[in-house]
Amino acid sequence: MTKELLKGNIAIAEAAVRAGLEAYFGYPITPQTELLEYLSQRMTELDRVFLQAESEVAAINMVYGAACTGARVMTSSSSPGVSLMQEGMSYIAGSELPCVIVDVMRGGPGLGNILPSQADYFQVTRSAGHGDFHPIVLAPASVQEAIDFVGLAFDLADKYRHMVLLAADGQIGQMMEPAELPPMRPLQKNVPDWALTGAKAREKRVITSLYLKGEEEEAFNLKIQKKLKQIKKNEQRSVEYATEDAELLVIGFGTAGRIAYSAVEAAREKGLRVGLLRPQTLWPFPERRISELADQASGCLVVEMNAGQMVEDVRLAIGGQIPVTFYGRTGGIVPMPDEILAAIEESYSRLQIAV
Amino acid sequence: MDLVMAPPEMQVVYEHPRSLADVPTRYCPGCTHGIAHRLLAEAIDELGLQERAVLVAPVGCSVFAYEYFNVDACQAAHGRAPAMATGLKRMLPENIVITYQGDGDLVSIGAAEIMHVAARGERITTIFINNAIYGMTGGQMAPTTLPGQKTTSSPLGRDTRRTGAPIRMSEVLAQFDGAAYIVRRSLHDVANIRKAKKAILTALKVQMAGLGFSMVELLSSCPTNWGIAPEKALDWIEQNMIPQFPPGDYKVHDAVKTL
Ligand SMILES: Cc1ncc(C[n+]2csc(CCOP(=O)(O)OP(=O)(O)O)c2C)c(N)n1
Ligand code: SF4
Ligand SMILES: [Mg+2]
Repeated sequence: MTKELLKGNIAIAEAAVRAGLEAYFGYPITPQTELLEYLSQRMTELDRVFLQAESEVAAINMVYGAACTGARVMTSSSSPGVSLMQEGMSYIAGSELPCVIVDVMRGGPGLGNILPSQADYFQVTRSAGHGDFHPIVLAPASVQEAIDFVGLAFDLADKYRHMVLLAADGQIGQMMEPAELPPMRPLQKNVPDWALTGAKAREKRVITSLYLKGEEEEAFNLKIQKKLKQIKKNEQRSVEYATEDAELLVIGFGTAGRIAYSAVEAAREKGLRVGLLRPQTLWPFPERRISELADQASGCLVVEMNAGQMVEDVRLAIGGQIPVTFYGRTGGIVPMPDEILAAIEESYSRLQIAV
Repeated sequence: MDLVMAPPEMQVVYEHPRSLADVPTRYCPGCTHGIAHRLLAEAIDELGLQERAVLVAPVGCSVFAYEYFNVDACQAAHGRAPAMATGLKRMLPENIVITYQGDGDLVSIGAAEIMHVAARGERITTIFINNAIYGMTGGQMAPTTLPGQKTTSSPLGRDTRRTGAPIRMSEVLAQFDGAAYIVRRSLHDVANIRKAKKAILTALKVQMAGLGFSMVELLSSCPTNWGIAPEKALDWIEQNMIPQFPPGDYKVHDAVKTL
């Protein structure tokens, strides 16, 4: 396999096709529309299901229906569209159905703008719908990682019977870079034993999220919590750069994490003991590794393209061991490496490094 | 032993439909949701569809429809059954996908979803229970509530100047090219119930033949929230609902005759 120059949205779409996507339902919204456009042709070509829904509300409920059949199903949208999908996402969680949702985040609140943003960190990790659950959230920082995470997303969704969100920002969706696509996987053949297919020569099956009795609803919730605990244990993912002897630990995800990498490199060149941790999973948050690194570091700087939403998770992971500072841009502004470098130097100068 | 054996001249004229689960329902006494269930189950049986059917239950008094039918089933968010059914049908084109929805569900919160399945000619069948009220939440005004009708959220009677007039959804949906069979029937007496059964059979056949979207609207009673005794509630359908919602065939695809 060789690398080709690929645009993020198209790469995600093709990666989904190759991961065995059987049905896609979506609605146009910048900056993810190319994904839908690409699949409109590609899925039809392959005789798989593609449908442009009348709204994101309908799209997610089509996903809900198609997921009931045990198929690999996906939708994609961007921030305002994901807001509309939250009802359906909650039902999907309440019915324990696997599916993949791509969120190419843009500036908000409201209609906001179409620039890259990470302002929906809370939305994807905390409030992906009413009720007590978290989706699995993967945050790619490059086109290649987006491709790799699509395959992972489907596998995790099937493994845990849970929804997986691919939380990319507009930058990942829109930029082109060399990347390698995986080979085409065959469509999965075996239908899971909970799927709706028509009650032929078997008992009928029911998929519902309704548990009228408090005890039953609680039992179901405990079951989901057990699953989420398992996910939390198994699936925390992050990558690191120069953390071995880091006094200042920089943490950033997605595009912000990638730019922070350049800033950390520059800081190292200046002789500062700075390292980077980039969470790849936003939920489960890589709290184990962050806590370990906090044991050796003297301070932490969080960099985001929002007003500091992930700071809460970092603080929880660190548990007050070391001070946590924040640098971020909002409104769709992507921070420059030298801005982050300045923030690093500022935080670094305030560290009380033990000698 | 001999005493309990049926004499040879007796024959079975009515059986519990196989597709109807033998469980108590949560419907109020005299509610015609039960009749609609029986008709649908009989139609599924008669067409041999029990093993192919996938039912989408709504949010409303019939939310537990998935317990009452012996077919594969799921439960949609309020108003979204048509979208969910779309996802199911696209994945299971050989199955028979049925939504069962109330008037609040279908005409109010789910107005967009039902219009778009009709527009796309989605090969699904909808059983639409119009009881002119939000039954499950305790009798609030629906878009189908009659002018002057008292509900818990229109205690002085529906004022059409402020809240609009009833939406006749069968007439609306008949406008879409993708709609193959759209009819309204009533459940207030035996003759009409028989017609309703026939319509449900036809609607399912329309789906089997892949002609497009099919829907049977059924005028149905809600004695509890109308505050009327069950028998009187049937009269109320005839006297008050039928003038607003005339039973009839609003869209019948040419090929329906051949079914
Ligand atoms: C999103 C959402 N909004 C509101 C409700 C509350 N709710 C439950 S049933 C219902 C009305 C159902 O009325 P209808 O569809 O006419 O069914 P019926 O009970 O009359 O058969 C409402 C508003 C809900 N469950 N979900
Ligand atoms: S509230 Fe009305 S619609 Fe609901 S079960 Fe009772 S009578 Fe039927
Ligand atoms: Mg009603």
